[in-house]
Amino acid sequence: MSAHFDLVVVGAGPAGIAAAIAAARAGRSVALVDDNPAPGGQIWRHGAHLPAAARKWLVELQASSVVPFYGWRVIDHPAARLIRAESGADCTDLQYDRLILATGARERFLPFPGWTLPNVLGAGGLDAMVRGGLPIAGKRVVVAGTGPLLFAVAGHLAARGAKILAICEQAQLGHLASFARCLLSDPAKLFQGAGYMLAARGARLHTGCWPVAAAGTTQLESVTLCQGSRKWTVACDYLACGFHLAPNTELAQLLGCRTAYGFVVTDDLQRTSVTDVFCAGEPTGIGGVELALIEGQIAGLAAAGKLRDAQSLVPRRQRKLGFVAALRESCTLNPSLRNLADEDTIVCRCEDVRHAALRGRASWRDAKLHTRCGMGPCQGRICGVATEFLFAWHADSVRPPVLPAMVSSLASPGPTRNQPASLSAETAISAHSKETP
Amino acid sequence: MSEVWDVVVAGAGIVGAACAAECAGLGLRTAVVEAAEIGGGATAAGMGHIVVMDDSPAQMALTHYSQTLWHALSPHLGPAVEYESCGTLWVAVDDQEMDEVRRKHRVYASAGITTEILDSHSLAEAEPHLRQPLAGALLVPSDGVLYPPCAAACLMEQAQHNGARLYAPRRVVFARAGTARLDDGTELHAAHIVLAGGADTVQLLPELPIRGRKGHLVITDRYPGMVRHQLVELGYLKSAHSVTTDSVAFNVQPRRTGQILIGSSRQYGAEDSAVDHEILAAMIDRTRWYLPDAGSLSAIRVWTGFRAATPDKLPLIGPWPGDETLILATGHEGLGITTSLATARLVADHLLGRKPKISIEPYLPERFSRSLAHA
Amino acid sequence: MPEPAPTRIASTSASAPPVALTVNGVPLTVAPGTTVAAAVCIAGAHARTSVSGEPRGPLCGMGICFECRVTVDGTPHRRGCQVLCAPGMDVRTS
Ligand SMILES: Cc1cc2nc3c(=O)[nH]c(=O)nc-3n(C[C@H](O)[C@H](O)[C@H](O)COP(=O)(O)OP(=O)(O)OC[C@H]3O[C@@H](n4cnc5c(N)ncnc54)[C@H](O)[C@@H]3O)c2cc1C
Ligand SMILES: Cc1cc2nc3c(=O)[nH]c(=O)nc-3n(C[C@H](O)[C@H](O)[C@H](O)COP(=O)(O)OP(=O)(O)OC[C@H]3O[C@@H](n4cnc5c(N)ncnc54)[C@H](O)[C@@H]3O)c2cc1C
Ligand code: FES
Repeated sequence: MSAHFDLVVVGAGPAGIAAAIAAARAGRSVALVDDNPAPGGQIWRHGAHLPAAARKWLVELQASSVVPFYGWRVIDHPAARLIRAESGADCTDLQYDRLILATGARERFLPFPGWTLPNVLGAGGLDAMVRGGLPIAGKRVVVAGTGPLLFAVAGHLAARGAKILAICEQAQLGHLASFARCLLSDPAKLFQGAGYMLAARGARLHTGCWPVAAAGTTQLESVTLCQGSRKWTVACDYLACGFHLAPNTELAQLLGCRTAYGFVVTDDLQRTSVTDVFCAGEPTGIGGVELALIEGQIAGLAAAGKLRDAQSLVPRRQRKLGFVAALRESCTLNPSLRNLADEDTIVCRCEDVRHAALRGRASWRDAKLHTRCGMGPCQGRICGVATEFLFAWHADSVRPPVLPAMVSSLASPGPTRNQPASLSAETAISAHSKETP
Repeated sequence: MSEVWDVVVAGAGIVGAACAAECAGLGLRTAVVEAAEIGGGATAAGMGHIVVMDDSPAQMALTHYSQTLWHALSPHLGPAVEYESCGTLWVAVDDQEMDEVRRKHRVYASAGITTEILDSHSLAEAEPHLRQPLAGALLVPSDGVLYPPCAAACLMEQAQHNGARLYAPRRVVFARAGTARLDDGTELHAAHIVLAGGADTVQLLPELPIRGRKGHLVITDRYPGMVRHQLVELGYLKSAHSVTTDSVAFNVQPRRTGQILIGSSRQYGAEDSAVDHEILAAMIDRTRWYLPDAGSLSAIRVWTGFRAATPDKLPLIGPWPGDETLILATGHEGLGITTSLATARLVADHLLGRKPKISIEPYLPERFSRSLAHA
Repeated sequence: MPEPAPTRIASTSASAPPVALTVNGVPLTVAPGTTVAAAVCIAGAHARTSVSGEPRGPLCGMGICFECRVTVDGTPHRRGCQVLCAPGMDVRTS
């Protein structure tokens, strides 16, 4: 299967939705591809409890001419102006004139003893699970890590009936205060933040506080928290723990887009270093929903050729950039978090590589080749972000497939050719078995 | 800075690491210079099939000798080396290929290697996921599989244990007349400098007859027990006449992890390490023809590597005619994991003036010196 | 200050009937729109056993970490958090 669109948008979070709608309104044929079964990205997914603004965008998306590919993950870039996507056992090629990458961000996880126990999840992770049907009413939840996501998650889970025992923010109160000032300068942000806080009322906020261990036999039973020299243990059902966000830049890297400091580099109109490839939202800098929406619209308009309209939104984007900096500042990790893992703590969860095996390795590649760290199906998406903080390694080698894919999908999007290539007459590629391996 | 050694080894891929382990083990004062990670070059890209091959008597001699050395070493390899003596199945599609199975059986027997001819039925029993029916196969039980980067690291540790000194990350930028100069200006002096830089050795000796030959591999998630032997097609006769530069073959390997490593391809003139989707597709189609269930496996990563290929498919082992202090240990094409240990033994024999177990003649670099002189 | 307004979109329409599936052979009924990863948790199972033998459950909930891998209708290594439960689905953990 193969189809052509003027524009293919990868990622149906706020940035991708805004981009797709803007380009469709400008008369372009648009495909919107997302790994998840429903649009909305990490915050607007799974329908329920959405703010009115989100609902407006989703309704508009549904009414638009945008062709949805939900539940399709982009796995490869087999040729120029072509991406390949897979869904279950199906595979398709999408041709494009222009491509917009709105692949969002993932949570940053830091290893600590017990973090691999079932029911220790990301903050966004538990939130997504609850949106996906995990019952949370009456459950005792500790929310920990860093960043505004903690409050959003605590608020949402509380609204669903969870007992939020504590919100532990690793940043010191001072850091948070400057971030709050930034929120105050931005009423829309304040509105959301305050709403969440209200919903999580009763939860105790601890600053300069983080989990040092999770315990349980086959699943989580308790969490030990520390705040300065004080340590205490809380019995709970879930630990929702994430240390802010890391951008999803793998597809951009596979396409050859230039990155700097871990983010995709774009110009004012969201153009990357690769001709006709645009990027919007978190991969260009962690800035939250509103910035993502503006960047998405700029990218959608620019990719549709409406350069002047796109340009007119640039000042709005510019005004939000202060927020990006303040957010980065407030989420700066306390260096003592580097000491959370002990030597037995698993760092690479796919391959169960422990901290002791990684100490003293020269680089990400050295660790990977000699310990299997990062060799599993997540390809370092979790441990690569952690080891960047722990050891200052850079895990940036992206190979196809972008996400694990069926072997057959790497060969072709169509039905199987039932003949080895060299046995069919047309092909120039011959067999060489005598010279194997 | 300037230091004196008995031998300097440039490169710590599997070949350099094996040479270092051998030399240090013999009490030679050994320095090793590695520009990047231990075993991070072609060694990190290779399949790690320890295989006896019979393309030519010289190839057979070297691979067989080396395999016996691996067998002897195997109890001393740590678990990270993932050494597994799973054996090879050379798979025959039709009667013509069964003739080749029987020929191979005779050749291996005359070299003292026990092999077993499987008919269609016993092949299906040995490997239930293979396409059925196939004509049969030759089972070579003594062949094995290992994880090359950790094998190189293990050999390097052995060398260091015996006193070898590792300079890394350091690059040899010049090597002549018993002197190796490193990129930080350090000069290492030695009676012999072993050039084991794989395909990159041409940077030190541009006149070397070595070309990079690109290969692709695919690794899957874990499917324990699905494939039991290294499976290689014997389809040589059918394709021998279509001589093109690019080729693919069915070549599938079970890893100790339960993962399946799918190969392989060969391309000349491809400088770029990016994945070539046309050749990847051809490789996968071929794999699926032999192993129909392979298509639905979950693939985790595709990568490429470059084999250091010589015109006659034999490695360059021994002194370089232009400067006899330079000892070459490169040009192992698709067999350097297998032949690393024998290469190291031949190099050490040469350094000590010992009589080698197999003749070094066919691998001596001087075989190319005449053609080079005219070039 | 108002709470964020609860809204539902088509994919989780409240009127759709519950979904019956099995997890490790045990029948289970879940609300429409429930992910396989959530169903596995509801069934009280762990998604997978790690390579060194630890029980594991979902971490990221968004298709990144591969901790929620289960066998769905005979296909191993599927990420439970990215697959919605469907009637008659056979989910197996390992
Ligand atoms: C037996 C065996 C088993 C293995 N099993 C696994 C496994 O289970 N899981 C796994 O992930 N890996 C596995 N590997 C592969 C290994 O992780 C590396 O992929 C391999 O060493 C090749 O490196 P690389 O080219 O992918 O890139 P890297 O090792 O990351 O980098 C090396 C070189 O490749 C180039 N490069 C990197 N990315 C690209 C790109 N996208 N395009 C062009 N060039 C690029 C870089 O420029 C660099 O020079 C295995 C290797 C072996 C030998
Ligand atoms: C796809 C593929 C599949 C293969 N499958 C098999 C198989 O199944 N079985 C088998 O036996 N073989 C196989 N091979 C071949 C095998 O991988 C190589 O022959 C072998 O790894 C060569 O080892 P090496 O040490 O010579 O080179 P390399 O591994 O390339 O090592 C050379 C080292 O030297 C360093 N270096 C280079 N120049 C300098 C310098 N000037 N100063 C300092 N350091 C330097 C490099 O950084 C590198 O680490 C395969 C190869 C490929 C590409
Ligand atoms: S929970 Fe991380 S991939 Fe499903």
